[in-house]
Amino acid sequence: MSAIEGVVTAQHHAEEHEHHHEAQNFWQKYIFCEDHKVIAKQYLISGIIWAVIGISMSVVFRIQLGLPESNLSWLKPILGGWISESGKLDPNFYLALVTMHGTIMVFFVLTAGLSGTFSNFLIPLQIGARDMASGFMNMLSYWFFFVASVIMFISLFLQTGPAAGGWVIYPPLSALPQAHMGSGMGMTLWLVSMALFIVSQLLGGINYITTVINLRTRGMSFDRLPLTIWSFLITAILGLISFPVLFSSVLLLIFDRHFGTSFYLSDIYINGEALPNVGGSPILFQHLFWFLGHPEVYIVLLPGLGITSEVIATNSRKPIFGYRAMIASMLGIAFLAFIVWAHHMFVTGMNPFLGSVFMFLTLIIAVPSAVKGFNYITTLWKGNIVFTPGMLFSIGLVSLFVSGGLTGIILGNSALDIQLHDTYFVVAHFHLVMGAASAFGLFAGVYHWFPKMFGRMMNTTLGQIHFWFTFIGIYLIFIPMHYVGIAGFPRRYYQFTSYDFTHKYMDMNMFISVAAILSFLAQFIFLWNFFYSIFKGKRAPQNPWRSNTLEWTTPIHPGHGNWEGQIPAVYRWSYDYSKPGAKEDFIPQNIPYSQTLESNFPHENELIAAEKAIESQNFNDQFNASH
Amino acid sequence: MKLKLGEKMENVQQYKVEREPQETLAMDPMKFILWLFLVSIIMLFASQSSAYLVRRAEGNWLEFEMPRIFWYSTAVLVVSSAAMQWAYYSAKKDQFKQLKIAISITFVLGLAFLWMQFEGWRKLVDMNVYFVGNPSGSFFYVFTGLHGFHIISGLIVLLYSWIAAFKLQVHGKNLRRIQICVSYWHFLDILWLYLFAFLLTFN
Repeated sequence: MSAIEGVVTAQHHAEEHEHHHEAQNFWQKYIFCEDHKVIAKQYLISGIIWAVIGISMSVVFRIQLGLPESNLSWLKPILGGWISESGKLDPNFYLALVTMHGTIMVFFVLTAGLSGTFSNFLIPLQIGARDMASGFMNMLSYWFFFVASVIMFISLFLQTGPAAGGWVIYPPLSALPQAHMGSGMGMTLWLVSMALFIVSQLLGGINYITTVINLRTRGMSFDRLPLTIWSFLITAILGLISFPVLFSSVLLLIFDRHFGTSFYLSDIYINGEALPNVGGSPILFQHLFWFLGHPEVYIVLLPGLGITSEVIATNSRKPIFGYRAMIASMLGIAFLAFIVWAHHMFVTGMNPFLGSVFMFLTLIIAVPSAVKGFNYITTLWKGNIVFTPGMLFSIGLVSLFVSGGLTGIILGNSALDIQLHDTYFVVAHFHLVMGAASAFGLFAGVYHWFPKMFGRMMNTTLGQIHFWFTFIGIYLIFIPMHYVGIAGFPRRYYQFTSYDFTHKYMDMNMFISVAAILSFLAQFIFLWNFFYSIFKGKRAPQNPWRSNTLEWTTPIHPGHGNWEGQIPAVYRWSYDYSKPGAKEDFIPQNIPYSQTLESNFPHENELIAAEKAIESQNFNDQFNASH
Repeated sequence: MKLKLGEKMENVQQYKVEREPQETLAMDPMKFILWLFLVSIIMLFASQSSAYLVRRAEGNWLEFEMPRIFWYSTAVLVVSSAAMQWAYYSAKKDQFKQLKIAISITFVLGLAFLWMQFEGWRKLVDMNVYFVGNPSGSFFYVFTGLHGFHIISGLIVLLYSWIAAFKLQVHGKNLRRIQICVSYWHFLDILWLYLFAFLLTFN
């Protein structure tokens, strides 16, 4: 009797131990929270808010470009003085809109919103960890991002407008306050905000890498990691190496702007008067900026590709085709990302021989990218495809990745790039391959992991409607934009009404703008579905997509620490779908081979002997270690 | 147990040997975080160095001789690094008295290094090499300034260990804090040696 009592108290004690971690007040639980799941949701919601702002901006300037005669006075309540008496958009503010659209979408939505959300949410859940390596650093990472967001948001309301030198902020335009009204206070706040953003990304990225490498559960060797985790790991490494370089370039720009140094400035005359700066080089900035800028493209895209691998394999009910090739191609892309930056600078007067070296390296990226494209398609091939919204967006991503990547081969040629540089052809290219493709990855991830995040399901029909409007809309916007670019339309121009060569393309511009507005409106279907489902959605089962990865073995509403009791051990890779002989068409990673004798391959039967060894290994359990 | 398993695995075909269950890496996450942090610092200075070289190759480059005092400050930093190592060995052997002396020496020498760097700047100003002017001078200030900023962060880390050492919390069984401190301090030392050699070579 007393022995039983002893066991009961021990159990009670253990429960208390777990509940001990949940005794938090509102502030600790939802605001300054160190739980990776809450931080992920914070990133997601912030990302969505920024996306609404960023895309609305693009709608405003699309109206200006496609319907230049239209009266914009209805925007006066929001934009105030930037709309003239006659209902025209201020040309200076047009430049600011373009700049802020780029900055917000690239950094705040597709870097922080995508990788911040899913790296935080999925890394501990899929590798079997209680939380990130350092919850405090993780929280700090979000709040640095938050402060950066607030500063960037405030800059929108300056009387002189936000930064307006393009999201690449090339000096001397960005370095001289006299150059443009956006280069004054707006640019200062941009630089401060980005410096904080870099700190946030480094804190987050260091945490992701440490967690993936050190806190994997028993048996989760690198060749059993889901491809999502591989993509987040590689993304974080890219960020760790490239963001300090952006910091360097921003720092030197700040010195030039506020302390009078001449890193980027030389021999400049304003109104006939020479500036004191001598000996600087504006090209130096471009080198430093694009050393980050190009890896940044993959920081944006790789998480989307990783999410797609997972969603496509799950919903094709087939193992991913070429698991190792997928990892190798991501590593290849990551490596090449660092040695191709100068293809953004073919027209800076660089040595043509150097240009051809960078052209060669750039074109090699087509190889790993094509490997990925083929692997997605061969995974789909003859699968029992389930068209969930997440799956539709993943297939959409593959489509956009292929059609956008194709024009990359054209732009990568230094000779062709001289004609196409800074035209709408480039705009169409990177919006397809990096912007829309990554956004589709974000949508796929939200639709797929929504049940795990909020314990409820999103509406499938609305998701499918959202997909078709978005997918068709994206192509209607960007396919015509290629032709506009070939016709020679330069990007970042306020209007095209005053040139002869642009007259006959005005209808095409109008078409693009109408398509953009419709696609923008389609996003409200998503927003409604998302926020409605958080509160009123159908309750989710534990494993709604019948998926193999570890996050679906947690309770429907996982508490802090994710698993009740012990962390599961891992015995197999995460892609055992439709295995011949198996009872179900999926075998989760935590099922040992000894329980699936009917479906094991001969070499897997031999692994049964190793299962005992896996079970006896260290837990890497943070909760056990800390007590 | 492990050995037995290895023998068994060797009997089966070659490619299966690598599928032997590996223990997941057991490195201390906090130390791993430190190493990644060092990577980002390395990238910061690598980008500065490459910017320096690219800009220097374009000509219009002011050449000046590095003031003597930077040689002395380098020596001071190397000695402080040695003292740091001494502190670590003392902590390992639970020799608290030596530990306190050594860690105090490190801290004082770190402060002395900072002061000497600042004196170096004043010597540069005397030589008419200013922060605002030819980029060769500006870069010199940026390199030393950025490194100095990291030294300040190193001193803060050191301060934590220093307080812990005086509270007798650093000993043979609680080495994590001082290990992190030692790694960071040595890194900053090596970083300065690199910057010093770089600035001497490409002046």
